[in-house]
Amino acid sequence: MKTANEITSPNGTPEGWLPLLELAVREVFEIMLGCKLDLQAEPPPAAGEITAMVGLAGQLCGLLTLRCGTKSAALMTGKMLGLEVDQADGQMWDALGEIANMVAGNFKNKLTGMGDKCMLSVPTVITGSDYSCRSMADTSPVELTFLFEGAPVIVAVEIHS
Amino acid sequence: MNKVRALIVDDSSVMRKIVERSIRQAGIDLAEVREAANGAEGLGALKEGSVDLILCDINMPVMDGIEFLRQLQGVGNAKGVPVVMITTEGSESHVVQALSMGARGYIRKPFTPEQVKEHVVPLLEGKK
Repeated sequence: MKTANEITSPNGTPEGWLPLLELAVREVFEIMLGCKLDLQAEPPPAAGEITAMVGLAGQLCGLLTLRCGTKSAALMTGKMLGLEVDQADGQMWDALGEIANMVAGNFKNKLTGMGDKCMLSVPTVITGSDYSCRSMADTSPVELTFLFEGAPVIVAVEIHS
Repeated sequence: MNKVRALIVDDSSVMRKIVERSIRQAGIDLAEVREAANGAEGLGALKEGSVDLILCDINMPVMDGIEFLRQLQGVGNAKGVPVVMITTEGSESHVVQALSMGARGYIRKPFTPEQVKEHVVPLLEGKK
């Protein structure tokens, strides 16, 4: 895995942020869940039933979302806490919010000079897939799809410039 | 090292469990763990008696970790108790602010048990 310093893409534009977002997600999953993720070229047709959101405010203003299925969320929780999946069920929302929070923090800390100029909200987690989210972002989302234990996890950042 | 009484302040119960597990994995023998979901609850937990170690998040509802550090300065039984911040807020200004308010260590999430050991054990052994 490359370090942030080894990533040479310009990080001043949302498109240039993709390698840093990927690194931020991979680090959180490897360090906190002990899992390596596979990057997928195409997003899946279904978005997933659980969405964790963390707001970004300040110079970098927008929303980071992490979406996955219920089974994946339960599995992530189990791995994070070192529990069997059925024991982890009740803590799924909290765990997913924390994962999104760590990804958001790790991501903004990798953007040069952004650590001090961007604040994070506490996470919000919603269930269900039949919703529409309007984040005030005025650019297309920077989005990555990973495979976690064979199931998709989608991480997106939408920015209000 | 004697058995340690720890206070863990984080709005995520999952994260409180992970921090506790990391302390144990760092080889620290815990006599007691008190948990609080924000700074105000953390201050309340200290009314039950002193602790040997405080681990605290920054971004929390009700009272954040920086305000907790500020108010902790007026808590008699917290004098000399090392506080280590464990947070996603990894910017230099947050680190400087936390350290200037009395925090003795700063760990960025995501973190490993080795990082907890590296920051916490010297504090408990009085070497830092």
